[in-house]
This record gives sequence, C-alpha cells and structure tokens, in this order.
Amino acid sequence: MNLPYGINLLYQFADNVAFLLLAALGLMIILGVLDVINLAHGELIMLGAYITTLSYNEMHLPLPVCVLLSVIGLALFGLVLERTVIRRFYRDKLGALVATWGVSLILSQGVLILFGPSLVSVPLPQWTVGYGGYAFGGYRLMLFGVAVLVVWLAWWVFYRTRLGVWTRATMQNPEMAQALGISTRRIYMLTFAAGSALAGLTGALYAPTTTIVPLMGTTFVDVAFITVVVGGGTNPIVGALTSSAFLALISTPLSSVLGTFIGRIGLLIASLVIIRFLPRGFSGYLRDAGRRRMGRGLVS
Amino acid sequence: MRVRSGGFWRMVNGPQELGTSPAFWTAAALCAAGLLFYPLIGSTFALSSLASFLLFVPMGLGLGLLWGYNGVLSFGQAAFFGAAGYVYGLIAGNLVGLPAGTLLAAAGGIAAAILLAGAFGYFVFYGQVSGWIIPLLTLVLSLILETFMAQTAGYRWRIGRVLFGGYNGMTNIPSLTIGPIALGGASTPFYYLAVALAMLTYLGLRLLVNSRYGHIVVAIRDDPERTRMLGHHVDAIQVQVFMLAAALAGVSGVLYVSWGNYMSPSNIGLLAATLPVIWTAVGGRRSLLAVFLSVIALRWLADSLAVWGGAYAFLVLGGLLLATMLFFPTGIVVALAHAGRWWTSRARTRATHTPVESREH
Repeated sequence: MNLPYGINLLYQFADNVAFLLLAALGLMIILGVLDVINLAHGELIMLGAYITTLSYNEMHLPLPVCVLLSVIGLALFGLVLERTVIRRFYRDKLGALVATWGVSLILSQGVLILFGPSLVSVPLPQWTVGYGGYAFGGYRLMLFGVAVLVVWLAWWVFYRTRLGVWTRATMQNPEMAQALGISTRRIYMLTFAAGSALAGLTGALYAPTTTIVPLMGTTFVDVAFITVVVGGGTNPIVGALTSSAFLALISTPLSSVLGTFIGRIGLLIASLVIIRFLPRGFSGYLRDAGRRRMGRGLVS
Repeated sequence: MRVRSGGFWRMVNGPQELGTSPAFWTAAALCAAGLLFYPLIGSTFALSSLASFLLFVPMGLGLGLLWGYNGVLSFGQAAFFGAAGYVYGLIAGNLVGLPAGTLLAAAGGIAAAILLAGAFGYFVFYGQVSGWIIPLLTLVLSLILETFMAQTAGYRWRIGRVLFGGYNGMTNIPSLTIGPIALGGASTPFYYLAVALAMLTYLGLRLLVNSRYGHIVVAIRDDPERTRMLGHHVDAIQVQVFMLAAALAGVSGVLYVSWGNYMSPSNIGLLAATLPVIWTAVGGRRSLLAVFLSVIALRWLADSLAVWGGAYAFLVLGGLLLATMLFFPTGIVVALAHAGRWWTSRARTRATHTPVESREH
C-alpha cells in the first residue's frame, strides 16, 4: 500500500466520520438529556436542506447566510415542537417515539405536497485538492472540519459553561436538579432546540452534496440511528465520537471495496453485535468501566 | 357477566381483552355472519377490496401482541411481510408445475420471516437493551431490506426462473392453490381464506393472551425485571413473541402476494413500515379487538384517500397518529370502550342507588 492510497482511505474515513457525527450528534444530545428519541430528526435535516436550497435559489443569498438561516429556523421549529408535542411525553418514552414518527410523516408528506418531488440543488463549491493522482473534495474536507468544530463546541458548552453544568445535573438527577433551583423544563426545551438546530446545520451543509427530495431524511437517519444505538445516550459527546469513529472504521473499507450497500449492512450487523455485549453502547460501557475502576480504588 | 362453562370459554373471556359481555358476542357473531354472507350480495370488486383489508389483520394483530401486550415496539413488521412475500414468490415461481407448490412456498415464506426475526431477536433481546433501541434497529432493518431489494434489477439477480425485479418488484407471482381451488385476488375462495385467517388469528391470540403464557407476556411488559426475578425466561419469551409477530406478518405477506401477484420494495420501505404501527396505535394497542377494527377502518381510509394521491393519505394518517398519541394515548377504540363502560356503570348506579360491586373487566 502506497502513501497516496493510504491518504485516500484516510480522506474517506474522515468523510464518513463527519457524516455520522453530523447526522447523529443532535439526536444523541436529545437522547442523553431528555431520554427521548426524536424519530423526526431526519425530517428536521430535510427541512434544513430545504431552507438552504430555497433561500439560495429563490432569494440568491450567499451560501453561509443560507446555512445560518436554516440553523436559526430549525432551532425555532424545535422550540415549537418541544412545547407542543415532546413535552407531553417525558413520562412515556415509546409514546414520544411514535408521536415524533407522526410528526415526521406530516413533515415529509407536507413538503412533498407543497414543493413537489424534488428541488434544484445548490451547486457544490468546486474546491479540489490533488495529491498523488487522487482528487480530494475541499468541501468534504471542510465538512470534517465543521464536524470537529461542532463536537468541540458541544464539549465546551457541556463542560465549560454554567448552562452545561445545569444540563449535566439534569441528566444525572432531574429531581435533585430541580430542588437546587434549576428549571429542568427550560433545560429540556433548550436542549431540544439545540438538537434541532444541529439537524438544520447538517441538512444545510449536506444540501449541495445530495438531491433535495422530501424523503432525503432517511439517508441520514438509518446511519444516525445505528450511531446512536452503538454510542448510547449516557454521554452524548463521548458516545458520538467513539461510535462514529468505530463505525467509520468498519464502513470505510467495506464500502470502498464492496460498495456502499454492503457498508450499510456491515454497520447494522456491527451494531447488533455491539448491543449484544454492550447494551448501553460505548458511552454506557465506558462510564461503567470508570465506576468500576473508582470502586477498586476505594477497596484497595 | 361471566360464563362458567369450562376452561376454554373462560380463557377466551379472560381479563386481557375487551368485549366479554353477551352483547359483545352477539354483535361479533352478527359481524362474522355478515362477513360470511357478504359474497351473496357484494360485487367482485367490493369483495376483492374487503379481502385486501382483511389480509392485513394478522400483521396488525401480531404487532398488537408484540407492542401492546409485550411492550416491544417494532418497525420491522414490513420487513417480515416483505421477506415472506419475496420468498413465497421465489419458491412458488420455481415450483409452478407441482400440485402443492404454492403451499410449500407459503410455508417457506413464513419460515423465512420467522428465521429473520429469530436471528435479529436473539441479538436484541438477549442483550437486554433499553426499549428505544428495538424500534430504531427494526426500522433500520426495514430500510436496508428495501435498499437491497431495490437494487436487484436485471438478469443477474434471479433464482431459477424468477427475477427479483429491482425497484419495479417481483411480478407474476402465482396465487395460492389448494387442491383444485385457485385463490386469486378477485375470487370468492380467497375472500373466505382472508376472513378465516383474520378470525382464527384473533381468536387464537385472544386465547394466547389469556393463557398462563399470556399473563407472563403481559407481566414482562409491565415490569421485565420483576418478571425475571420471579424466574421466567424474559429474553426467551420476548424472542418467541417477536417471532410469532413476524410469522403473522409473514402470513399477511403471503396472502398479499397471493392477492396481488406482486411484491415490491415499496411494500417494505419507510412508509410501509409505518402502517402497522399506525393501525395499532390509533385503534388501541392493548386490545386485539381494537387493532382488528382499526386495521380494517384505516385500510379503508387509505384506500379512499388514495384517489387524491399517496401523499395526502400518509399526511392524514400521520396527523391521525399524532392526534391519537396526544389526545387518546391508549387508542381511539379503547378510549371509546372505556367511556362506554363508564357510562353504563354510571347509569346502573343511578338506577339502583347502590354502589356497583367491583366487577371483573
């Protein structure tokens, strides 16, 4: 194996990691804090792509402004969704799943009726970097950079701000957090809005790379669900990082040799094997392992 | 009112299901008689479309058992439905000459659904994962199976003389044939088969949920940990129920291809995976009767809305699902039944001015 080929594999790996991270992080943060699965996440991504594409094509705004618009738009939409629907299901997790499934049907079919079967895509910025006979898409590299930046930002909010302390307190023990004066309802609302905004960002960033159709959300959520299942909701950031790196490690060689479809089957089988042995995913396992180590320290 | 004439009757009328009064059984008998005599008055078209609603009843009831009685939500019923349909098509298409070929194919199709569910269920249930993981992974299973079937176009993808057909689906699948009787979609025998299987599934599951085994199934829904502590094999029972639900979805899949002679990836994909969940949730997942009624009602509704285009049908169904979850979390039929029971018991209290004794359900 020569160096350019290795770099090409590394590039594909980074591309896959970025896709998994951006598709799953919002879902995972919502799962970690609210303990609710939002099945409409793919449709929120779709809405982000639609806002970007429409504002680019119809209002001729520059692409970064379009991306910003869809992030803000989806944050507001998430706020409304939390207030009207999600809020009623904090005691009934499967109920939340089914209700958001209804939301996702309404969104995808509503968009299909309003805007028709497809939109003209935003042109992909043609930045390429050549090395050793391979051409690397600059936009894809930028997506990886954005994914890393988003994870860093999430980490910073969780571990370096007061809001993050409140959020982690709410995750650990909601009743105790309430007793200490934290408004857990507001934390839930803000978290859901942040997760939705991340969906909007993902949709906006990937809008130039795919065809814009009402059911495009499914291409994101099937891998996003696997990433969430493998990562677990115990610690969204650790879970998202470990699980997307692990899954990209499996899918990159599989899909570059045998095709994307085999790559996705590989992901499903990997996730089944992982949950058979680590039912709470990587982040749950890592937390348990950390606790055990601490427990041993106390005994000895 | 309880009938104390033997174990069988007591089991059918056990506490796990609505509708135990003589009035209910009279109404049910009348409905059954109506279904049996409908071919005398109904047109061929009406008969064929009613059969197409009834053939989905086993799939709906299977999910009702799995979700409502065992607490496991699955979006994979469409995958099992499709797997059974495709395998039936493969076997039946290759055994065209054989007299019992289609029956063999039906057995093979249902067995394929059961095997797929067993393999999947082993990993999921023996891992003892939390409740939200199963719906996600079964949804992914449906999506992946759809993608797989959609890319099987061309002559490369065939077994024997049967083509997979890719996105257009598998066509010209032979209908079930029992002896000399061909059970094509527009035939009266197929209608009777669909009616018989729907009723048998209903009564069989009604017996099951009221049996000792059924009580353990319900106990797992209510508290898996406590049931485990009482010494029951929670994981094994969950896998069994999952496989039974898949088998029932497989029955519907075989009936569907026998009815339409056709199976396509869109019968497996995202929207198809949605339908059983909508039927079960809207009717009321904790009652087999509610699921039975809502399968028929919602199939009819979707059929009527289809004139406007599929998008409107799914928009209405999605709205119905959301509204049910928000306002009638137990399901519309179940909510109505509870309201009716409350109403009659109140009327009785008023009439006699004595408190009602606590009755069995």
